[in-house]
Amino acid sequence: MPILAPIGRVFLAFLAATGRLGTFAMTGVSHCARPPFFPRLIGHQMIEIGYFSLPVVGMTAIFTGMVLALQSYTGFARFNAESAIAAVVVLSITRELGPVLAGLMVAGRIGAAIAAEIGTMRVTEQIDALTTLSTNPFKYLVAPRLIAGTLMLPCLVVFADIIGVFGGYLISVYKLGFNPNTYLKLTWDFLEPLDVISGLVKAAVFGFLVALMGCYHGYHSKGGAQGVGLATTNAVVSASILILAFNYIITALFFGT
Amino acid sequence: MSATAPKIALRDLKKRFGDKPVLTGVDLDVAPGESIVVIGGSGTGKSVLIKCIMGLLQTDNGSIRIDGEEVVGMRVSEREKVMRKFGMLFQSAGLFDSLLVWENVAFGLIQARGMARDEAKTVAHEKMAQVGLGEDVGALSPAELSGGMKKRVGLARAIATEPEIIFFDEPTTGLDPIMGDIINDLIIDCVKELGATALTITHDMASARKIGDRIAMLFDGEIIWDGAVDEVDRAENPYVEQFINGLAEGPIQVTTA
Repeated sequence: MPILAPIGRVFLAFLAATGRLGTFAMTGVSHCARPPFFPRLIGHQMIEIGYFSLPVVGMTAIFTGMVLALQSYTGFARFNAESAIAAVVVLSITRELGPVLAGLMVAGRIGAAIAAEIGTMRVTEQIDALTTLSTNPFKYLVAPRLIAGTLMLPCLVVFADIIGVFGGYLISVYKLGFNPNTYLKLTWDFLEPLDVISGLVKAAVFGFLVALMGCYHGYHSKGGAQGVGLATTNAVVSASILILAFNYIITALFFGT
Repeated sequence: MSATAPKIALRDLKKRFGDKPVLTGVDLDVAPGESIVVIGGSGTGKSVLIKCIMGLLQTDNGSIRIDGEEVVGMRVSEREKVMRKFGMLFQSAGLFDSLLVWENVAFGLIQARGMARDEAKTVAHEKMAQVGLGEDVGALSPAELSGGMKKRVGLARAIATEPEIIFFDEPTTGLDPIMGDIINDLIIDCVKELGATALTITHDMASARKIGDRIAMLFDGEIIWDGAVDEVDRAENPYVEQFINGLAEGPIQVTTA
């Protein structure tokens, strides 16, 4: 009995946290669908999440594409299979690395910022003030971020896909001596629409998760600066783990059979 | 009991956080147009009381009637309508730091009343003039203001929507005595001009005597004394006596937990 009790407590706490998060997510989504809307706030968040993440996501993508080409060359050269490099680069980027790496970078950049901003608003009574001014904080703070996150991450991933493939192209053509036209033709031949679509679906889910985790942990932060710091950490860590877990689930759904 | 129906009526209001009871059965009536001040030591649940009445916190038990209408257990959308009768000055002013000062003051008008921005700006400037702030302050960000100015802006924001009931959470805390007195005067003027009902919580006796028509003392989760402001010195209640005279010795034991 004394062994089972702590296990039960942890399990119950886990269920309670899942329930709280689920309720929070449902409330947030329902406010995305119901008026009034705040187009000005949604636009502001889209610029914040989308436009200002371009440099970070672009840098991540180009180096990933470059290292993919370099690493697969060392392997494939042993089997005279260099022509597979283009396929490896484009499939890895569009299916996996584009969405996952963009998601993780955005989790660090945006998830943390959202949690810190909403957390500070919580501890300085700004969220209570919103409510007293007849403005629902879910509508004013959470919904615009969820919408912007879900819409902007796929855009960032399209950008990351292009830059990533370009990184692979640069290394293959200028370092490994591929013919540029052949490389591009191979890339194009191997690429199926589903590869890109699955990547964009992942991106939308990841964008939603990053915004949700930022909002959730910020909204529930308590006690001054330390609480906000903890909320920020939790937002980034939980978003990163959820991104990796959902990456597997979505991959299994698309390509499992 | 006064002849008129009370604006706010609390019956057996209870609230606990985990194992810690904060309010153990509060009964209080506030007549329309009356200014009541709830006094009590730090951590006696004064803020919790206000937040329960406003609906920022859920009560565990009891009844809260606003204009005779029961608000405990009311649906969120209904509750938001009741919220429009309220205005609140937060302890830390609770200004939105992402918005300019005039946008803060006009927030309730624009978001809740749907007023056009230009029109709301004019009203905001009028309200700011009422609390002694010029139009030039409107273009500043809240971070650039001193503590006293923040309180003024918070007050202007609280009265901008012309609420029927205004809550003041420790209006003079963190201000020097002179600025505190200026804020007290402004509160009296604003409440009078609106004909609003006011509920103030404070532990500053000078402020309580000046703002209040009536004083109620909260101790151990209950209202232990309630009477007109000039009766407070003849209360013959050892708790009240100790509190208003600021004595370390007496029935109130301050635990250093």
